Amino acid sequence: LSREEYNRVVKAIGKRELFAQGDEAYAYGALLAGCRFFAGYPITPATETAEVMSKLLPRVGGTYIQMEDEIASMGAIIGASLAGVKSMTVTSGPGFSLMQENIGFACMTEVPCVVVDVQRSGPSTGQPTEPSQGDMMQARWGSHGDYEIIALCPNSVQESLDLTIECFNLSERYRNPVFLMTDGEVGHMREGITIPDFGEYELSEREKPQKPPEEYIPFLPERGKIPRIADFGGGYHTYLTGLTHKPDGLPSTDDAEVHTQLVTRLCEKISDHREKLTRVEELHLDDAEIAIVCYGITSRAAWYAVKSLRSEGMKVGCLRLITVWPFPEELLRRLGERVKRILVPEMNLGQILHKVKEAVGHDTEVARLPRIGGVMHSPQDIIEALKSF
Amino acid sequence: VRTEIRIAGFGGQGVVLAGLLLGEAAIRDGRQAVQTQSYGPESRGGAARSEVLISDEKIDYPKVIEADILVALSQEAFDKFRRAVKSDGSIIIDGDLVNPGENHTLSMPFTKMADDLGRKVVANSIMLGYLVAATGVVSVESMEATIREKVPKQTIDLNLEAFRRGLELCGRGRQR
Repeated sequence: LSREEYNRVVKAIGKRELFAQGDEAYAYGALLAGCRFFAGYPITPATETAEVMSKLLPRVGGTYIQMEDEIASMGAIIGASLAGVKSMTVTSGPGFSLMQENIGFACMTEVPCVVVDVQRSGPSTGQPTEPSQGDMMQARWGSHGDYEIIALCPNSVQESLDLTIECFNLSERYRNPVFLMTDGEVGHMREGITIPDFGEYELSEREKPQKPPEEYIPFLPERGKIPRIADFGGGYHTYLTGLTHKPDGLPSTDDAEVHTQLVTRLCEKISDHREKLTRVEELHLDDAEIAIVCYGITSRAAWYAVKSLRSEGMKVGCLRLITVWPFPEELLRRLGERVKRILVPEMNLGQILHKVKEAVGHDTEVARLPRIGGVMHSPQDIIEALKSF
Repeated sequence: VRTEIRIAGFGGQGVVLAGLLLGEAAIRDGRQAVQTQSYGPESRGGAARSEVLISDEKIDYPKVIEADILVALSQEAFDKFRRAVKSDGSIIIDGDLVNPGENHTLSMPFTKMADDLGRKVVANSIMLGYLVAATGVVSVESMEATIREKVPKQTIDLNLEAFRRGLELCGRGRQR
């Protein structure tokens, strides 16, 4: 992103200090990251993002398409990304379900793209205007087969903007779909935000082939596990298929070795970097005997509860996961060694809970604190659960 | 100090916009603010509410725990939220829409006054004028600047006029 392009984005947004919604911040973050293609289908509580993109993208030389559904939306952003343009879609649970097939395709063909899921209360159409965290496991396992995903969870409007930029960086760097797993509460919440200045935030771009087209092997990494990606229309040939393929891109569907090598590489290009990808925020964990493990909006109630209980002398702390996928297993294992009990408040009936249990082992007691129906936990809910733990 | 404001009524009354304007005015005053909203799938007529927290410190929990100010613009909203108000808090109602029973409220005819101005939809701006004058949660200057920036261009003058009428209401209110 050049300074001129940055200036165009800021001009389109209007000003750098705003009182904005999470949904607006995803759009601003995308534009600042250089996203110039958006395809989507409106859905509560994510529609405002599409609205902002539809207004601002044309002003910065980008393209906005309202598609016929979410299957097509996902297909469109994959196509645009393959043409070399940073691309995004935004949706909520019902749309996220429809996108799963093409998400698998994007994983298999290693297409960088960003999906924002403003989670609402499901299953099915559920409670359209109410927030939830019900898609956390779907984010990891919603498409079929073995694959890895990167997913981040914001808990404020400023972080919604910052993490959207980060989603683009990670998708470019790892050649993989990256999810911003947010929710209707953050999406519709307004807070004061600052648009970062030019040069104040980092941008990553996909690595393009340096070899001439005749020597380019599209799915052969030169080093590490991430191959370089050539833009369609740039003179390079890439055969692209969701079928198991050899490094040259051509299908090879009955060779166990080819499949094992490909899928192992697709998973390891992310899981090898689990620690580097891990972002968390700790509050009063140093001497904590009980820890809350949470993510997203739930952490805002958890912080309040921790500060309130600390003033009463209770040794309680909070670990907020910003990176939920890949799951920070090692970090949780170490936390399990330090604390006696862990409480996992979630706006679902218990999803990330299972990953926490798996990571900490049997010596640490892990309890769930579910809250469904569209109402976030109150600090009092968490305080009571911690006191009766 | 954390000031908690809940504005509740039904869709179409400008409940969400009123919350947005309050939050934005607080930011203009150099304070921290969070505004959240909640409504049903209907575009008009369903229950709607907006919550605004204003503080000089970082705001952790973004929702009202116990309101310092409740604005109830429907009977349903009043019945549902009147108990979740601090003992020294204020309850502001539209007396033509809410029967407060024996409860102590600040009752004003916002909707009727808006009708007299020719546009029922500016009742929320009159309410904001009254709220700002009665509680001082944000400055008059910041709210006027926010209204100028946020409402549709052709309605700026009307909304500012409505806001000023609301300001003037304060001190003349019948309290019961």
